[in-house]
Amino acid sequence: MTVRVMEEWQGKSLDDILWLCQETVEDTEVTTVKRWREAGGKVLGHFQVYFPEEIAHAAGMLPMKMFGASVETRIADSRFGSYLCSILKTCLEQVLSGRVELDMFVTHPICDAARNLAPIWGRNFDYPCQILYLPQNPNSSYSVQYLKEEYERIQGIIEKVAGQKITNDALRNSIAVFNNNRALLRKLYDIKREKPWLVTINEAYTLVAIGGMIPREEHNEILETVIPMIEKRNARKQDRIRVVFEGGFCEQPPLDMLRTVGRSCYVVDDDLLIGLRYLLEDVDVGDDPLNAMAEAYIHKSTYSPVQHDLRKPKEKMLRDRVSNSGAEAVIITAAKMCEPGLEEQVTYTQELEKDDTPYFVSEFEENMTSFDHLEIQLETFVENLMFD
Amino acid sequence: MNEIKNIDMVGRGTREGAALFRDWFQDLTEKAEKGETAAYVFVMGSIAEILRVFDLPMVFPEIHSLQTAVRHVADDYINVAEDYGYSPDICGYVKADFAMQMQNGKHPMGQIPKPGIAVLTNACNTYLKWGEIWERIYDIPMVSIDVPATREAGTRTWPGDEQFEREKRYVKTQLKELIELCEKMTGKKFDIDKLREILGHVNTMSTGWKRVMELNQSRPSLFNALTDGTVYLGMSNVFRGTPEGADFFTRLVEEMEYMSANGIGTLTDEKYRLSFIGVPCYPIFRRFNEMFTEWGGAFVMSTYLWFASGGTNLGVQYDLDNPMDSLAEGVLISVRDAMDSMFHPELTVLDKTNDYNIDGVVYHPIKSCRTTSAGMADNRRALMENSNLPSLFIESDMMDSRVVGEAQMKNRIDAFFEGLASRKAKEAIGA
Repeated sequence: MTVRVMEEWQGKSLDDILWLCQETVEDTEVTTVKRWREAGGKVLGHFQVYFPEEIAHAAGMLPMKMFGASVETRIADSRFGSYLCSILKTCLEQVLSGRVELDMFVTHPICDAARNLAPIWGRNFDYPCQILYLPQNPNSSYSVQYLKEEYERIQGIIEKVAGQKITNDALRNSIAVFNNNRALLRKLYDIKREKPWLVTINEAYTLVAIGGMIPREEHNEILETVIPMIEKRNARKQDRIRVVFEGGFCEQPPLDMLRTVGRSCYVVDDDLLIGLRYLLEDVDVGDDPLNAMAEAYIHKSTYSPVQHDLRKPKEKMLRDRVSNSGAEAVIITAAKMCEPGLEEQVTYTQELEKDDTPYFVSEFEENMTSFDHLEIQLETFVENLMFD
Repeated sequence: MNEIKNIDMVGRGTREGAALFRDWFQDLTEKAEKGETAAYVFVMGSIAEILRVFDLPMVFPEIHSLQTAVRHVADDYINVAEDYGYSPDICGYVKADFAMQMQNGKHPMGQIPKPGIAVLTNACNTYLKWGEIWERIYDIPMVSIDVPATREAGTRTWPGDEQFEREKRYVKTQLKELIELCEKMTGKKFDIDKLREILGHVNTMSTGWKRVMELNQSRPSLFNALTDGTVYLGMSNVFRGTPEGADFFTRLVEEMEYMSANGIGTLTDEKYRLSFIGVPCYPIFRRFNEMFTEWGGAFVMSTYLWFASGGTNLGVQYDLDNPMDSLAEGVLISVRDAMDSMFHPELTVLDKTNDYNIDGVVYHPIKSCRTTSAGMADNRRALMENSNLPSLFIESDMMDSRVVGEAQMKNRIDAFFEGLASRKAKEAIGA
């Protein structure tokens, strides 16, 4: 690895490193990406949920996960109408305002709004603004082949932007880096499930989120350092209920909202930034790396409201997430104006009512700042469960 | 005698379309009463070509939902769905349909049969979420035909291009998988000759649909793309692949040719020729249009007629000697075009402005449909940067009357026309 973009974190205490991670995630100027560019690197911005970052990585680019930001949408507002989620606007604001400079942008057909981002971006910028058509029919016998070909197509464009060919060896190397990253994230989530008092939801979140803003090798180093520190942390188990937090697959709840949740609950599993953890197992680094990545997406991946797969009914998947994590209740959120998230709320609540699994429903917006009302409601919900 | 016949010809399409529509609905009601099921499909890629081979009756939930708005009862349905837990901020079509399902298919025009299968494309993501609702309620097969759309403006590929051929193989495989499922469901063997026959009807319809739209370049315009066009659009969807559909469009072309040749227009005094971008305002369908026609504004073009016909506007012709391959190719080209019409409407509008003598463009973003609406403001910005076309941007909804502010809308429409009038006056004096 040649470029480091995070503030110096080596040798610091766990709390200091976690503080640095939080500062990085909340940095609206995205200084890490600026540093990467200053060192001569190119950046591929990709919208939520999943993108095969290995391909950009293999071309020497920084894959930047665009998951919104706490910025005022002064310029982007003129590009959008009403009734839209915030993340669309804040992501575009990041680039229109010059906070982030990209060499390529990719969005996905995850929802009706997100598909519009490529055309909007394309009308505003000269660099490639693409839709990566992840299969919407993963149950077709041809879906892996199609996806492999789609990856080849996007690889060709990335190569042109990066100015270099992507060899299979480079891809294998990148897959190995990302396999390691996913394994480390799984370990972090194991801690959340097994000893949630060791790491709060907001701490775990920032540790995951920085992965979308820095080179993955650097992220791996941080996780390799921090995870053992968390495991040795001197923290006492408290009397809180174990919950699954659902609804963070695209737009992200503000950190303060996560802190609010964390004050009364242990979040033992969630779908926050699920795209970074979408592939559940290591990708094979064998003869055909793109095919292996396509296979992993189709056959070894988790779920979200924006992927239809007959093998993965969302309510069943949520049920599994709840039982696998030993959760006692579910917080079902959705970003305001998020059509798939709001629709799934109904599915989830109907499912949970079948066996009286307690749930708490709310909506959020990434730029909301007041959580008093939420805190009171949540505390009431928790108290009802604890003293039931 | 000739004169009487010709008088009958004007408006014939609208009358015949309405009658056929009533018959279709009556048929659906009878099926529902007998407890028979139907294939639930969508306007942007119904795959009627295959479903008709198996004689599966089709229900278009978008159409039966919009009819509740036109008949001013949509709010009743929407309230049922919202009481159940659905958000005010999601698609009104979905909510109206859900409420209908909860009420045994009760509809102002009759009764809707329950679904036996759902077939949808990815042209709208909400189709997928919608289908999942039926999947859960009825435990029916849901087949999504994934059609890769244009990835970036100006990068469409065509038959013979490597990427196109790859995508065609993907679409073709999915169509074959749908056929296998239909065979299992119905117990009928797939009949390739019947498919050929159906494709032939679609070819006639597509030729007619394309020609009808071209003919609206006439001055005065022959039909209102927003109102009459919606009737024709319904026909193009519901009767796709049938002799009735083919015949309807053949006769509609005849009607339009006659009107064009005789200078008969849809308005007595057409002053402004407008292009409409978006989905109509069904809660005040007639009144919405009147607010434009009162000023002499006629909608001569509408992106709705492109995307909501699933791209039939292109007039794609199937090769009957090679039906399956040609069907895959046609679905890919047409559904892709439907998507492009929503994401890049300004490109086609700009391209056709001179042919249709467009005076202004009306953008109608709606709460219910982010596919068509999310990019409209930026689209308008691009249109204004690349042309001198005046445009109007009015937000409302296709279903939810709570967000339709007629008075405010009228103010903006009046101001738009005042601007158009002023511009015309300046042009007239060479200012």
